[in-house]
Amino acid sequence: MRTQGNSQPHLQRAALRHTCRNRIRRRTRLPVCTAQLTKELWLTIMLCHGGAVRAVRFNADGNYLLSCGSDKSLKLWGVSRGTLLKTYSGHGYEVLDADGSYDNSQLCSCSSDKSVILWDVASGQVIRKLRGHAGKVNCVQFNEEATVILSGSIDGTVRCWDTRSRRFEPIQVLDEAKDGISSVKVVQHELLTGSVDGRVRRYDLRMGQLHVDFINSPITCVCFSQDGQCTLSSSLDSVVRLLDKSTGEMLGEYTGHKMKSYKLDCCLSSKDTHVLSCSEDGHVYCWDLVEGSLSLKLPVGKAVVQSLSFHPTETCLLTSMEGCVQVWAAEPEETQDEVTMAT
Amino acid sequence: MASDSEEDFVVYGTPLEPLDEDEPLKKPIPLHEQTVKDEKGRYQRFHGAFTGGFSAGYFNTVGSKEGWTPSTFISSRQQKAENHNARPEDFMDEEDFSEHGIAPSQITTSQEFSSGCRDEVREKTRAVISQMALIPGDNLLEELITPARLSIGVELLRRMGWKEGQGIGPRVKRKLRQRQKEGGARVYSCALPHIGSEGSEDDDDEEFAPENVTFAPVDVTPVDFSPRSGVQGLGYRGLNPGLALLGHGAAEHINLFNPESETRSQLFGNAQKTSRKGRISGQAFGVGALEDNDDDVYHKDSMTRYDTVLGGEEPGDGLYGWTAPQQYNNRRDTSKALSYLGKIPEGFTVALKHTKEKMIFPPPVLPPDFRPVHGFHPSLLGTTAVSPALRQALATSRGHMVKEEPQQGGRHQLDSSQRRALLGEDVLHSSSSVMELLRPEDRQRLYNLHNDSKTTSAKCQNAIHPSGSVTRSTVVSLTQPLPQSCSTPSSSLQEDSLASWRGVQSSTHTFRPFVKNPSKQARYEQFLSRLKHGDKDAVEQSLDPGMTEWERSRERDEFVRASILYQPTSSSLSSRFTVAQHQEDDDAVEVCRDEEGAVDNKQAAVKMKMFGKLTREMFEWHPDKLLCKRFNVPDAYPGSGVVGLPKVKRDKFSVFNFLNVTESREMTAPLKPPEMRKKSRWDVSEQEELDKEDELPTSASTASPNSISDQTQAQKRKEDDKEEQQKEEEEEEEVVVSRPPMDLFKAIFASSDDDSSSSEVESEEEDTKEGEGKNDLHPLNLFNVPSTSVTSSITSCSSQKTVVFSQTSMQEEFGPSLPPPSARGGATSHYSSSTEDKQRKKNKEKKVKKKEGKHKKDKKKKKQKKHKHKEKHQKKSKEEESSDEDSEGHVSTEELLKRLKSIP
Repeated sequence: MRTQGNSQPHLQRAALRHTCRNRIRRRTRLPVCTAQLTKELWLTIMLCHGGAVRAVRFNADGNYLLSCGSDKSLKLWGVSRGTLLKTYSGHGYEVLDADGSYDNSQLCSCSSDKSVILWDVASGQVIRKLRGHAGKVNCVQFNEEATVILSGSIDGTVRCWDTRSRRFEPIQVLDEAKDGISSVKVVQHELLTGSVDGRVRRYDLRMGQLHVDFINSPITCVCFSQDGQCTLSSSLDSVVRLLDKSTGEMLGEYTGHKMKSYKLDCCLSSKDTHVLSCSEDGHVYCWDLVEGSLSLKLPVGKAVVQSLSFHPTETCLLTSMEGCVQVWAAEPEETQDEVTMAT
Repeated sequence: MASDSEEDFVVYGTPLEPLDEDEPLKKPIPLHEQTVKDEKGRYQRFHGAFTGGFSAGYFNTVGSKEGWTPSTFISSRQQKAENHNARPEDFMDEEDFSEHGIAPSQITTSQEFSSGCRDEVREKTRAVISQMALIPGDNLLEELITPARLSIGVELLRRMGWKEGQGIGPRVKRKLRQRQKEGGARVYSCALPHIGSEGSEDDDDEEFAPENVTFAPVDVTPVDFSPRSGVQGLGYRGLNPGLALLGHGAAEHINLFNPESETRSQLFGNAQKTSRKGRISGQAFGVGALEDNDDDVYHKDSMTRYDTVLGGEEPGDGLYGWTAPQQYNNRRDTSKALSYLGKIPEGFTVALKHTKEKMIFPPPVLPPDFRPVHGFHPSLLGTTAVSPALRQALATSRGHMVKEEPQQGGRHQLDSSQRRALLGEDVLHSSSSVMELLRPEDRQRLYNLHNDSKTTSAKCQNAIHPSGSVTRSTVVSLTQPLPQSCSTPSSSLQEDSLASWRGVQSSTHTFRPFVKNPSKQARYEQFLSRLKHGDKDAVEQSLDPGMTEWERSRERDEFVRASILYQPTSSSLSSRFTVAQHQEDDDAVEVCRDEEGAVDNKQAAVKMKMFGKLTREMFEWHPDKLLCKRFNVPDAYPGSGVVGLPKVKRDKFSVFNFLNVTESREMTAPLKPPEMRKKSRWDVSEQEELDKEDELPTSASTASPNSISDQTQAQKRKEDDKEEQQKEEEEEEEVVVSRPPMDLFKAIFASSDDDSSSSEVESEEEDTKEGEGKNDLHPLNLFNVPSTSVTSSITSCSSQKTVVFSQTSMQEEFGPSLPPPSARGGATSHYSSSTEDKQRKKNKEKKVKKKEGKHKKDKKKKKQKKHKHKEKHQKKSKEEESSDEDSEGHVSTEELLKRLKSIP
């Protein structure tokens, strides 16, 4: 399974495509997904970054993880052993977000120093340093083919940088947001941005349309579901909402956690069965996507859980609190069960 | 039998060797071994062209290693050297004699057997020899006496009884021959008249013809059975490029498709050679007697001599292609020429089909009571389901014909002075008048100037000032609902403008506000001229009756305001100021075509958790072309130059840019009872601000708030007092007149902006107290004119921008922030399970600590700032918490470690 995922993650995802939207409508549950996150996740590895970890991200196949530190460095770790593989330093201020390309050859990261950096993974060299944002850059994301880097900044713009050409100007600047951009996600031809002005904007490149969903509270994080039919958005009113992508209707609302003032992450599990969110009370909350009930309250520590990332295929979770990254995995036999069931 | 017949077959090529079944399959020859070799096994090189190119190089030279070597001349007494004539063949390779060489050797018919065609090579050599002979004309004789040499075929025919001029074949009777003739003639049955004598002879002969006399068949020109080699059609022969370029008969158009054209036959090298042999012509020197004349060397061929279209116009019936018979084509041409009498210019032909006349339908006649806005049934209007925005839009669309009862209590229907009176506030003494921005001496000078040039102001006295009237009415009855002041401004403004323009005869330097729209400008000028004549309803007459009511009312307002703003100046002032030579280019503002709608409805929807249509908005968005390319997505709007949201250019100085039916505040006002609404300082200041700007478009004629207050305080003042005021007002007008009032606007805006930003902060504080997520303040409408019939679609973008910017600059400090970095470096190092050196860890700890120190410092600095936000407080409290929890942190890490250990 892992080898499959290595080669073509998005195909893998497509194969696992179960529309969670339909499941919600029908109130049915897939048998495969029931037992996934109900049991506790087990802490397998703790990694110490140094400075506060601002974001932690899996790479495309989930074998490596990236941690963005406030110590201006970006670190690449192996997930299975927890070994530090490389440190990428070149930012002038704390690194806020990072993403890996689909072929694991490049990384991009953004920082409070208003710049976006494209890294070469192997050599650790800066391929390109992209400047243009007027404020600190909150989020960064490659597109599917790593031809474009999208970065959202506190200046209210999303800039689309071309990785193929030597131009230092962005291809396009999306300045529709009235306030800072807190989160950007790309799936295929769609960009999803969450802004502090309380709106989730979805740019459909193929249709040439911009859909704006009003959520009356500053957005901290947005996600696409794996099937691409839904959007997940967490906002500062301590609610995570699952919206239908095409109509904007709310399919689910997940509450209980505390997200009042900090920019914290939320995400969906690898098979769209659960919704996970960071919380300011030191827990990771995990809800059943269909039921909306809290299925797991994972205690991480005392401080704020700032970032989390779910493994693209397996039941594996990354969290970051202060200077540490935690890797959580399901019990080994359970994972094996899953693998067999999934395949 | 079968085998015999097989042997009879002619076999081409070499047969494949019979396959041996046992034999293992041969390996295919790899590509690099597939080479071309000549018969000697040498590599064939393809130099130059594939055929005829000389092959140069080591092994390809005359078959020897050395290549061609000159032979030495040896002649001795015993062995006299023979007179060796070198031929070109001596210097050629073997390949050159081969089929594709430059001198292919092939079997040809010898002269004896060849037909009558002349051997050109021999003729040429003979000519050369004759030239070289001692007596130039020598071999002329020789030519004369050449022995009659007949080809074998002719000789054989003669022996068989053939005579020259006869056809070949068995002899025929006369009738047959005649039929032959007719048959032959039928092919070209054009009007070749019979030669009389022959015809008559034929007729006559029919009777006399004896039965037993036979005739030889008619001689026929042999048909050329040359096989077709190309893919061209029958009868096509290519151009002879030499002839075509030399320009034979350049005057004539070369018609390739006309078989009888002379140039054509020349081009194709037909055998109709007009023999020029004996003729002496043209150039005296430089041309040999036997050489052809150099035809016009400097002639240039022009493309006009060629057809550019295949076949020209096709006949309508389609029976013939472009190879149609001559007369058919000709007839068509003449008929066409007859139908059109005028001179057809070169390169044009008369159209075959008449173009259809365009039907232009007149626009439908609108009924006199037509309104361009759809009216809803009154029952619908009455229900509460209709949104306030819609209701307002309907009300405005209905115009001012229908007088609606002004709503009680709605503070937005009240004037600023009314509100002030209601609230019992003092009059603002801020610098809101233009005049107060000027220095006192300047003001005095303007005043004097104005007095000098002032025309009769009797009308002005009568003209009731809008704000003046309002104040008076408020004083008279505070409790009374709003009088008809809503509609009065425009009418009174009209009077104003009438007063100011009347009697002005020549004003060459009037400002032209609508230069961008010539027709509008024309209408405006017409309006001005009417004004000068003292026409009462100048506006109505000069407006375009074709426009919709809404447009007309809008233009009416604009005209009246413009006429007041750009009044004719007094001579002294106009001599000082000139119209700018270069107008500013950027008097148009880019405005987003689609604006995000009102937030209130959405907020309500969010509260009710009714996500979907209510909270969703869809815009047309143009991605960049390159972005589409990078995403492997076809361009959604191919050919559109727009990127992002489509934008519309709006007139910067147009009043209607700034006018806005305020959405959020005004619409919610009727829903909520006024006492429920929190009256904050911000509210008040904003309203005042709105009022201030309210007057700006009409600022030229409005009195300053100062003067209004004077009025209210001492309302019983006499008329002369009022007159003075009037004068003051007119001074203001003068100031405005000489320049487009942008600077003036700016001056006022700047001051008010400062006010607003400070008050904004306060309001934000309040908002944050009320709840989270209120920090997106919505752009305030700087202008709020209650009596305008403007739809809500136009929003002032420029004003919005400024507000947004001020927001973002403040957003630096709030919005979702990042959690503080870890409180304790020691703790982190304690449970770090990574494989790092201890030394490095310690270094890191130090660094972390240092950083934290810095961080805290920063925060303290920030806290000292004047405007604090709630999140700041939260951060602070967070820090305190984390410091409190220091001791507890260890417990948690221990737990975690336990868990770690529990994992096998």
